[in-house]
Amino acid sequence: MKLFKYRFFACKVFVFIVFLSFLHVSAAFTTVLDETAPGLTMARQATHSAKLWITSDHSKHEILQQEFTSGPEVTKACLYCHSEAASQFHKTIHWTWLDPNVDKKEMIGKGGYSVNNFCINLISNEPRCTSCHAGYGWKDQTFDFTDQSKVDCLVCHEQTGTYKKFPTGAGNPVTEPTVFKENGKEYLPPEWNKVAQSVGRPTRKNCGTCHFSGGGGDGVKHGDMDSSLMKPNKALDVHMGEDGQNFDCVRCHTTVLHNIAGRTYSTPAATSRKSLIEDDLTSKITCESCHSSSPHKSHSKMNDHTDKVACQSCHIPEYARVNPTKMWWDWSTAGRKKDGKPYEEKGEHGKAEYSSKKGSFVWEKNVKPEYFWYNGSIYSLTARDTIDPSKIVQVNRPLGSPDDVNSRISPFKVHKGKQPYDKENKTLLIPHLFGKKESGAYWADFDWKKSLASGMEKAALPFSGEFDFVETTYVFPTTHMVAPRENALSCNECHTNNNSRLANLGGFYMPGRDKSNLVNTGGWTLAALSFIGVILHGFIRIFTKSKPKKEK
Amino acid sequence: MTEKKKINIYIYSRYERFWHWFQAATIFTLLITGFEVNGAISLFGFKKAVSIHNFTGITWLTAFAFFVFWVFTTGEWKQYIPTTKKMFEVIKYYAYGIFRGQSHPVPKRKEAKHNPLQRLTYLSLAAILLPVQMLTGFLYWGYNSWEEWGISWLGLGFVAVLHTMCAFAILSFIIVHLYMTTTGHTLTSHTKAMITGWEEVEEDEMIEDWEKKAA
Repeated sequence: MKLFKYRFFACKVFVFIVFLSFLHVSAAFTTVLDETAPGLTMARQATHSAKLWITSDHSKHEILQQEFTSGPEVTKACLYCHSEAASQFHKTIHWTWLDPNVDKKEMIGKGGYSVNNFCINLISNEPRCTSCHAGYGWKDQTFDFTDQSKVDCLVCHEQTGTYKKFPTGAGNPVTEPTVFKENGKEYLPPEWNKVAQSVGRPTRKNCGTCHFSGGGGDGVKHGDMDSSLMKPNKALDVHMGEDGQNFDCVRCHTTVLHNIAGRTYSTPAATSRKSLIEDDLTSKITCESCHSSSPHKSHSKMNDHTDKVACQSCHIPEYARVNPTKMWWDWSTAGRKKDGKPYEEKGEHGKAEYSSKKGSFVWEKNVKPEYFWYNGSIYSLTARDTIDPSKIVQVNRPLGSPDDVNSRISPFKVHKGKQPYDKENKTLLIPHLFGKKESGAYWADFDWKKSLASGMEKAALPFSGEFDFVETTYVFPTTHMVAPRENALSCNECHTNNNSRLANLGGFYMPGRDKSNLVNTGGWTLAALSFIGVILHGFIRIFTKSKPKKEK
Repeated sequence: MTEKKKINIYIYSRYERFWHWFQAATIFTLLITGFEVNGAISLFGFKKAVSIHNFTGITWLTAFAFFVFWVFTTGEWKQYIPTTKKMFEVIKYYAYGIFRGQSHPVPKRKEAKHNPLQRLTYLSLAAILLPVQMLTGFLYWGYNSWEEWGISWLGLGFVAVLHTMCAFAILSFIIVHLYMTTTGHTLTSHTKAMITGWEEVEEDEMIEDWEKKAA
């Protein structure tokens, strides 16, 4: 009797507990549905009052009414009021093209000895490369980096959209109408007064003019940045979409004393992952600045991922979604001629597949990124580093590991190619590409040995004369072209043992992708043996006719 | 062979039956979704499989805690005390006697629901296999709190593999268990007993003292 009471009581308690637990979980599920993501609220707070408080109309400034005939004259006028602008700017990466946080002697940066597998290095090619420099006249190594008047304020600040530098003009616009043979476009001298009076905060066009065509053409380098971001829709970039938030670059790439938050070489773009709620002066360069580290609805498993997976990994399913990007550049095939003349052949994307000047290319669209552990730093080889040419050389590579708390799995474009190296010194070589005939420039003389000798001589680096081509890779973090949330990756893009996006990323256990083959084989064998055992037992029962007796 | 007289006795209380079928449903759900997370099958898709698995697992954990409470407050734990008495007879019965149409050496009684083999099996299951499975499952589920709990030295791979190993052991148990339900007086009599609570047993079997529950 006593026992019965206990059991009855116990039964009731049990039912109650089960009921409670169901109630709790179902309540959690329903609140999930109504709740707005906390990160979204924060992001709105951070961006809502986006109006600019401009207090100056530059067309009214007398100093800008004078007749200008050159860029440096305009700069001097700018500096009359903005007295510290040039000295500030001189310290930034836009001016030095060197990593500001590394000893200058290391020469880390595209203005130094860092190399890539596109046009490889600036040295000896300055007039062609420095048309994207925010300065005037960096045509060789004699350029005076201390001259304040050489700062090009207009390229970032003019708003007429008419200001153009000539592609081979070492950062100078033309003085008379000139046609650039390579693209057939005519470049006009700027209407200096008009552009000077138009200045304002940099827009996408200011930034994109250089950054969308890195490597000398639209979408060549990054893959997540090209001219499609000038006027994107929300589907291409949820932040920049004109039918969405319509952000300019500087909305996230915030600036302190002309230092623009963003990529440097060996130093992370952001050292802390703070949100604006934690610190309202924090730079907006990371996703977390606006979205916090728990951007999804509460109770969402996705929030548990933000310590190990970069937002970009799921939210940028593919890059180069509108325009193709260059994926392969083989310099070793350069130099072929048709009827004794250099030529170019276009491929399926309307882009060059072969160019006598540059070799063979592969262009791709809608490319799935490759994923690496990344702590925000990228290690980049210089022309002074020795390489192992028996392997594919990583010209640069993301740093990070699964054990590093600052590392997250991040998406990258990996650009592959073949480029020249010194067979004796085991270093990557700097080719002299752009220049006049007989200068050694490859694009004029089509002689590798002369080009490499000239390039290395200008760089004051040794060249044995023995060269060959080595296969290389070069990475770009994929961080633009953030897709709307409904296009983000589903769990099983990674959590699957069949073609997981993270198939090649070792050093950690990932549910769905990883399992112990030994345990699984053993387990299924055990299950199969159990099954066979009972089947046999059952058969013997049938054959010995000891079937259970029929009920009456 | 003389037919012995059968009587119906009430063996399984309402709660026991509920608990049995609740566990059955839980285990099947967990096995299916668990093997999807493991990558062996695809049915719901990873995301759904994980959330069903987590929900079911946590519910089971809560319910199991109560079962432990119930077992001890009702004294039912005594049904799980292992014994070697008649163990050999039971093994002999399943290996030989059952084919000859012999009677089970340890018939069911309300006070002794489990034969020696069952006692050993269910004790291992309830005291070792299921707790280990629940513990590893709970740890797996709480992976993001490991640092907070001070167990970040633990490897997720280790926990996951241990969890998988136990799952296979449970799967193997289920297969044998399902078959064993057909070894009653009729193919379905054990199953029926687990639904209605009433099982048919032979009347005059002697019930030894150890088989009875202490008063």
